[in-house]
This record gives sequence, C-alpha cells and structure tokens, in this order.
Amino acid sequence: MRIASPLIASAAMLVTGFLIFAFLGKDPLSALYMFFIQPLDSLYGVGELVLKATPLALCALGLAVGFSANIWNIGAEGQLTLGAICGGGVALFWSGELGRLALPVILLAGVAGGAAWAAIPAVLRTRFNTSEILVSLMLVYIAQLLLAYLLHGAWRDPEGFNFPQSKAFDDAVILPLLMDGQRANISFLFMLALASLSWIFSRRSFAGYRMIVAGQAPDAAAYAGFSQRRNVWLAFLVSGGAAGLAGVCEVVGPIGRLQADISPGYGFAAIIVAFVGRLHPIGIVLAALLMSLLYLGGESVQLGLQLPAAVTGLFQGLLLFYLLAADLFIGFRLRRTPAAIKVPA
Amino acid sequence: MNTEFLIAIVTGTVVAATPLIYAALGELVAERAGVLNLGVEGMMLVGALAAFAVGTGTGSLILGYAAAIGAGVLLALLFATLTLSLQTNQVATGLALTLFGLGLSAFAGRKFAGLPIEGLKPVSIPVLSKLPVVGPLLFHFDPAVYGSILVYVIVDRVLKRTRAGLQLRAVGESPAVAHALGQPVMLTRYLAVLFGGAMSGIAGAYLSTALTPMWVEGMSAGRGWIALALVVFATWKPLRVVLGAYLFGGVTILQLHAQALGLSAPSEILSMLPYAATIIVLVIICRDPKTILLNQPASLGKSFHPDL
Amino acid sequence: MNDSSPATPRLILSGITKRYPTILANDHVDLRVEVGEIHALMGENGAGKSTLMKIVYGVTRPDAGRIEWNGAEVVIHSPAEARRLGIGMVFQHFALFETLTVAENISLALDERIAPAALAPRIRAVAERYGLPVDPARLVHSMSVGERQRVEIVRCLLQSPKLLIMDEPTSVLTPQAVLQLFETLRRLAAEGMSILYISHKLEEIRTLCDTATVLRAGRVSGTARPREETNASLARLMVGSDLDDAPLEPHPAGEVRLEVRGFSMKARDPFGTALRDIDLTVRAGEIVGIAGVSGNGQRELLAALSGEALGQHEGSISLGGRRVESLGAAARRDLGLGFVPEERLGRGAVPAMSLAQNALLTGAHAGMVRLGLVQSGAARASARATIAEFKVKCGSELSAAERLSGGNLQKFIVGREIRLAPKVLLVAQPTWGVDVGAAQMIHQALIALRNAGTAVLVISEELDELFAICDRIAVLTAGRLSKPEPRASLTVEKIGLLMTGATQEPTQSQAHA
Repeated sequence: MRIASPLIASAAMLVTGFLIFAFLGKDPLSALYMFFIQPLDSLYGVGELVLKATPLALCALGLAVGFSANIWNIGAEGQLTLGAICGGGVALFWSGELGRLALPVILLAGVAGGAAWAAIPAVLRTRFNTSEILVSLMLVYIAQLLLAYLLHGAWRDPEGFNFPQSKAFDDAVILPLLMDGQRANISFLFMLALASLSWIFSRRSFAGYRMIVAGQAPDAAAYAGFSQRRNVWLAFLVSGGAAGLAGVCEVVGPIGRLQADISPGYGFAAIIVAFVGRLHPIGIVLAALLMSLLYLGGESVQLGLQLPAAVTGLFQGLLLFYLLAADLFIGFRLRRTPAAIKVPA
Repeated sequence: MNTEFLIAIVTGTVVAATPLIYAALGELVAERAGVLNLGVEGMMLVGALAAFAVGTGTGSLILGYAAAIGAGVLLALLFATLTLSLQTNQVATGLALTLFGLGLSAFAGRKFAGLPIEGLKPVSIPVLSKLPVVGPLLFHFDPAVYGSILVYVIVDRVLKRTRAGLQLRAVGESPAVAHALGQPVMLTRYLAVLFGGAMSGIAGAYLSTALTPMWVEGMSAGRGWIALALVVFATWKPLRVVLGAYLFGGVTILQLHAQALGLSAPSEILSMLPYAATIIVLVIICRDPKTILLNQPASLGKSFHPDL
Repeated sequence: MNDSSPATPRLILSGITKRYPTILANDHVDLRVEVGEIHALMGENGAGKSTLMKIVYGVTRPDAGRIEWNGAEVVIHSPAEARRLGIGMVFQHFALFETLTVAENISLALDERIAPAALAPRIRAVAERYGLPVDPARLVHSMSVGERQRVEIVRCLLQSPKLLIMDEPTSVLTPQAVLQLFETLRRLAAEGMSILYISHKLEEIRTLCDTATVLRAGRVSGTARPREETNASLARLMVGSDLDDAPLEPHPAGEVRLEVRGFSMKARDPFGTALRDIDLTVRAGEIVGIAGVSGNGQRELLAALSGEALGQHEGSISLGGRRVESLGAAARRDLGLGFVPEERLGRGAVPAMSLAQNALLTGAHAGMVRLGLVQSGAARASARATIAEFKVKCGSELSAAERLSGGNLQKFIVGREIRLAPKVLLVAQPTWGVDVGAAQMIHQALIALRNAGTAVLVISEELDELFAICDRIAVLTAGRLSKPEPRASLTVEKIGLLMTGATQEPTQSQAHA
C-alpha cells in the first residue's frame, strides 16, 4: 500500500501535465511524449537519465536518514556546493602532485566538504537549539555566494574570457564513464553502494532503529536513552557527505570544471525524491529516476516547444503536492510534525 | 555624513525591511495559531509575479496588489487544506509549497522578465514631511511602507485586545482545550493561515513593484526564509518583528553602501551578510531553551483534528 | 435557586445504553438526582462513569434510553446545550490555557461573549460568595492545581447551573484542600444546587454524599446511602469482592541500591517544579513509595532519576554505590536501572511499532542487538515471553502497541522492565487507567520483584495503592521530599499534613488550596 500513493501522485501529475500543455496551446499528447518518452529513445538518453538520477539519489538517500527522525536537512544544495568546491579545489591545484591518488582524494575531499558544511547546522542545533531548517537553508545561499566569489576571483580561469568558471580539470581526474556513447559514469555505482548501505542501516541496524523511534515518539527515544544529539550528528554528517559526493561527482563528471551553476536544484529536488521514495532505498532510486526524467523532459520541451525550463520545477512541485494529498486517501501519514525548534534531550 | 547619505541609508533600510514586515507579521499570526507555514518564500514569489503581471497588464498597481493578495491567499488555502483538513505533515507541505511556488512563478513569469514597470512612488505626508531633517527622513515613503506599520498596529491590537485575538492565542497554545471549550479551532487556524498568505503576497508584490521594480525568477532570494527566522527572533511578538525587520534592512543596506561606509570587501562576501546575520540572531535567541519554551506557541507544528 | 417543585427530581436517566466498538460502556443505566442532593457516581476505572457523564454533558449521545431534566424529557446535543439547560461540569483535566489570565480563560469558556475586563468583577463576586479565592488577573501557569480547580468551579458557577458535575475532583488535591472543597459543595447544595460527584474514593463519598449510584462493568450494581455504609460494603458494590486488606508481608531489606543525597535541580520547563534537597535511599528487597498530588515535582524527580533530565544540579544520585547523576538514561540502564513511566503510549512504548519492536526499546543489552545490528528473532522471543508471563491480551508479539488496551499495554511495559531483572526499578503511576484485574496483577508482580531482591521505588497519586504495596512512604511537596516513614506508622491524615509541608515558605505554586 505504501507504493500506491507515489503511483497515484505520478498519475495525477501526468494528467495535470496534459492539461497544462493543452492550456498552453501545444498538442498535449505529443508534448507528453516529448517530455516523458523522447528523452529515453537512445543509449545516450538513458545515460542522461542515469546521470541525472545519481546526484538526486545520492542526496536523497542521505536526507532520508534524517527525515525519518524528524531531522530536517534542507540545505543539501549548499552541502553539494561545498563538496564541489572542496573536490574541485583539489582537482585544480593538486591533481598533478597526487598522481594516481588524485581522483580518490578529490572524491574524499568532496565528501568531507559536504559533511563539514552540514556540521554547522548540526552543532547549532545540538548546542544552541537552533532550527536546523533555517540554518541549513541560509547556508545554501552562503555556499553559492562563496562559489561565486571564488570563481570571480582567485579560481577564475585566466583564459576563460572572464566567465565565472575555473580551468577545465585534467582528463586524469574525470570520472570514468560506464560505457562509451553516453555520459553516465561510475558515480552511479557509488549511488548503488550507498543505497545498499542505506537499506542495511534503516532495516537492520540499531542506529537506524533509534532514528525511527526518535521520529515517531521522541519521548520514547529519550526514555530509552537514545541520544537525539547523536541522531542529529549522524543524520547531518551522512546527508552532508552524500550531498558533497553528489556535488564533486558533478564537477569531475559531466561538468568537468567548477562553474557558478553546478546544480539545477538537485539538493532541493532530492527532498521530493526522498518523500516520493517513501524514505526507502529502492523507492528513492526509482523516484530519482522519475525526477531525472522530469529534468530531461523539461529540457526536451524547452528545445522542442519553446517552453521555459521552469516547467520542470512546476512538475516537481506538483508531484510533491499530489504525493502529500494521495497519502491521505491511502491512509498513510507521516506520523509526526515537529515543532520548529526542538530542545535536545 | 551628509543628510542625503543619511536619508539614503534610512530609506534603503526601511524599504528593505518592509517586505519582511509584511511576510513575518503574516507568518506570526499563523504561528500564534499553531501552524508552521514554511511556504512563505513560495507565496512571496507568486505574489511578486501576480502584482507585476497584473500591474503591467492593467497599468494599475492597486489591482496588482489585489492580485498578489489573491495569489497568496490561494496558495495559503492549498496549504491549509492539506495540513489542517487532511492532516499532512506541516514541514513537508510547507516545503512543497515553496518548491511549487518557485516553479510556478518561474514558469508563469517567463514572458515578464525584462519588462518595465512603473513602481510605487513615495508619497509625502502633507505637513509632517516639511519638518526639518525628520521630515524627508520619515514622512516621504511609498504607501506600502505606511501600510506595513498599519498592519503592525492592527495585528498587535487584535492579538492583545480582541476576543478574536484571544481565541487565536488559545488555539495556538492548546487546540484540544480550545476545542473542548467549543472554540472553532479549524476556522481560526484557516483564517490565520490565509492572513499569512495575504501578507506574503503583499510582501512579494512590494519586491516587484517597489524594492526592485521588475520581475526576475526567484527574486525573493531567501527573504521568505528570513521572515520565518524573524518570527523566531522576535519570540512571536509583533513589535519585535518590526524592530528585527529594520535591523535586517540595515544589514542589507550595509552591503550596498559598504564602500561609502568604509567597508571594503568583495561583493559576494557582503551579500552573505543578511544570511549570516540570520543564523547569528537565531543562535542568540535559541541558546536558552527557556526562551523558546516560554514564547513559542505550544501547539506549533503539531497536527490537530477535532474529530479524534 | 429552586425553580421546580421539591418533588420533581433534577435529573433522571432511564435505561441509558452506549456501545463502542470494543466495549459496552453503559448498559441500561438508571440514575436519579434530587434537587439539592449530593449524589455520588462510583465505580472503578473503566466502569463507565465518564461515558455516562459525557452523555449527560452532551459530549456524546446515548444509543438508547431517555434523559429527563426537571421533569421534562430532553435530548442534549452539545455541551453548549447542556449549559443552557443548567448543567455545568468541572472536568478532571482542566480546560485552561496556561499563558492566559483567569479572566481571559473564563471569557473564552463562557457561552456569552463578555470581555475579560468586564468579567473580572463578576468573577470576584462569585469567588467571594462561595469561598473560592481567585484573582482574575493572574496567569494560570502561576497557579497551583487547587487554585486552578477553583477557577474551573467559578467558571461553572458564573453560568448559574442547577446541576454541577464534578469528575474526580479530589485526585489533585491535598487532604486539607479536599475539606475546603467539601465546604463549598455543601454550601451550594444547601442553596438547591444538585451535585453529581464522580469518584472512586470511598472515604470521601461517605463523608460528603447523600446518595450513591455504583457502576460496575457498565451496569448499575446498586444504589446506597453512603453515610449508612462502610468502606467494605461500598467496595463490594464497586468491585464485587472485599477489598484485599491483607497487609504486606514484611521483608528484610538488603544493601542500599539507590541513594539520593541533597539533590537539587531547577525545572527545565518554565512551568515546572524545582527539586530541592532530595534525600532518599531505597534498599534491595523493599518498596518505597512517594505520595503527592501531581504538580509537586514527580515528573521532575523521575526524569532526574531515570537520566532523562540532565542539567545543572547539586547533590548526588548513586546506583549501587556508583555516582550516576551526570550519566544519561542509557548508561543508567546499563547499571541495572529499570523504569516504568507514567505515559504508556509515546514514552513507554512507540505506538505504531509492534510489541516485538518495543521490546527493543529497553532490551538492547539483553541480547537483542549484536555488532550494532538488530536481532529481530531475539526481540520477538522476548516479547512473546513477556506476553505469556504477564498474560497480555493482544493478537501476537507483532501487534502494534496502540492496539492494546491501557491495562494490557501497562502489563507489557511492566513485564518488559521486570524481565530485564533490574537492580532498581522506578515505577510511576503503575495502575493509572488500568482495569482492576490488571492492576492487581501489576501489584503482585511488583511485590514479587521486591521479594526477589530488587529495590523498587513507586511514585503514585493513589494513596490506597501506596498503602497496599509499600514498605516505606515519603511525601513530595513543592519539590521537597519528606523523610520516608514505615507504612505501619502512617495514616492518611499524617500524609495530608506532610503534603502541606510544615517547613515550607509560601511560594506561588505552594498548595495553599
């Protein structure tokens, strides 16, 4: 029954999409085809699907850990950015010295950067009772400004015609592709590994159990002696690290350099992916593929029908709304709605 | 520091603070009734677009503002239906509202980007604006600025002095008890949320018709989130919301006049100031758990349904 | 004021029946209250008293039966309608807003719209007239429980009721406050008001009430004139058997297991009670009880002992000789502390999780977790064993906790903690909202645990319960603990005196009530 509402929500989104295209004066069926089917009609297209689904799933898998405990990391976009900055920085300045180790170090730097950025809301919540929602969100803006600052200044490509972007990274530190003829790379394998770990964590581990109890009955968690502090740290470090990995894989993957615009809102879309995927690893992977298709579809109708890229954002928002509404009719509700500020146990 | 510069600083601060005042006061009313609406950013953007679109379309800013209020109320109604009647998780629904508002406004606003608009003009209050120094400083603002002060006065009076305000506060503390006493809990919360939506709409309208008269995708740049933080910073008291908004307005102005004030820092770093300031004030307020326990409406964020 | 002829009863209920999905709450109940009569409605927890009162007060409708008010048949659709008829009700759990003043609270609660400022003089007038001192301008959170009850009563009286229903009014009062309340009620009755007094406290009913209707398992098991009855005869009507007055077999107490010395801690909740200079020892093989009406620091004391509340403090808490006051709940459990909390769903158990998953909650070190991974087989086995040993009625160990009745869930939680063989067991309100059978079983289990050598601390608002199972009893008042005395040397009066705390300086939350 838990899969019913995502399916219903997706169907409702499709119907609404049909109506929107019709309203815009485009032939709805062919628009829907262009949006949902056409992107997948080649190996390259499927590769794009996987390529975009990977950062979405990486972020969402990390976020799901915290969401089940009512720990709301809304700043994955910022942690993704910091991951890109840290990993990209290593790629720019040390890829030569590190030789064979360059790529692993770059990836680790990305994870560390994301985790470190996520540590800020974690510490502010555990030590100062500050809302992690607002803090992590503010840090998104700060992260993006930090990236802009670096790219306008010290890290700018001197031969880049003053565009805010860095030099292109050496081929040696670009993520290997899964196969030729498309752009999906080994980050997809990282994502699958994280999905498996996530499954073990939430279904089997005691740490996962503690988080679920904290989300469903915080008083019971306190009674049992489960430390909400530990939960907060775990949730933020994991989701920050995963988002950081997503970010660094973008810049040493399809983008190949640091630039001001490294993510079309993956960190925020991942929130929707986590919910639509029911906080379950398999669900999240599937939802990430759906969300990825929404991105591709948006690009497809932008080119083919001169519709704005923003149509993607519209569909994303619709999907989440429908999901929340569909939940009601299936009778499954996210159990607890937390207060804005929580006092740690 | 010459008078003109001073006027510029003060004017800039007030203008920057005004949308925050509207949005934060609206959210304050919703939160005092126990509802956490994280969708302020989305509602602001839709309001901004509505005001711009109708304003340029009809040439009437008043109609534009009316459209913005309508848009805010509609989105708030969607939020209220989901969270109050259908009992969805308030945090998730609020986020959905923001993402939806972002996407909808970007999508629907595509043909308005780059269009010019005749923004709100400052209005001189007859006698008072002739006063030396104080006159041009305080009594030469656009109508929406005065409106924001009026909204503050109304919200404050209603909350403290009227039965409706009493009911709202009661519902915010304990909807179960209020319901047992026969208060219309659902209706109170609905109205509070819709008011919040209307205010967010006006705040957005101010952005696209006064602060920077134009339409750009995502132009609120996080102000909706800052408004949410403001409510916390103000410990849910209307006067502190206004003061806090002016404080933030001042911080925002700093970055624009940094050079004149002798601050030399890269523009991106200066742009971080409002966001960093938000984090800092939140930490200051939330440090002592008692502050929150004493002031936060006890039922904030918790679902309640009268039939249970 | 008397506006009906003396012969017409104020209220007659005939054949009232109410069925819920799982239980027949009221089964053809008849009740008759005369003008100016103080009528007790008695019964154990779960006998159907509150359902019947919900019907009289219009909160819910009966499936069958009729209601006659002052001789005329009526259907009561809502509390507002009940109030219009002249029925007022003071609930067991007060409907008050902490952050508002007395006048604001009453203003919200009244049916006619009167501003708080206009209400204030009327509040003072009623308060004076009936000896219920209440200050309209005070914020409710600063008031003691007894004072808050006065606010509730004043609120009712402002609407000039002819019938006043009081639901378990004395569960939150000190013995002295109870006497004051009785004075007020007698005064009201003398003026013609009828009072329906819901309680299960035999002594009080015998002191106060003219008539009593006794409910047992949804049916009227009898009516009586309490003044002509004994506790034993009333108890027989309520429970169907004599009260088990068998005194507890004395048991030699062993080494000190729990020691609290000079412990003080401020309350985390701004509306809470600070703990002051607590001294307490509990030895192996004894049950120590702490009496006290709620709001005197019980929650704070329990949270401090269990490790859920850590913060600035003075003094020490030791488990088996080891200082633990800075350790969290998990660490204290490792040292052999068990805890049955006051709240079952949401604290003692996670409502949506199965009993097996709930066994994990405190059983992590009992073989249910290895290398960080959950051993679900072991958890299920443990839950099954608890269910069997404590006769928990449920589908299976996979049933969700929220599906169990209060008594059965309490048995599970008590059983879960006992089966962990704790060295010290803390128990809060062990039989609150629990049916008679389960309550008896829980008491027996606690006594058996004590006989097996565990040190048990019971905090309860039910004096009867404490007298039944404790070796020594102390009283908690405004955050201070009296010296525990052997049960045999205590009486209800003495405990009442201890509750007022002779050494107290008057404070706002002091029970002056």
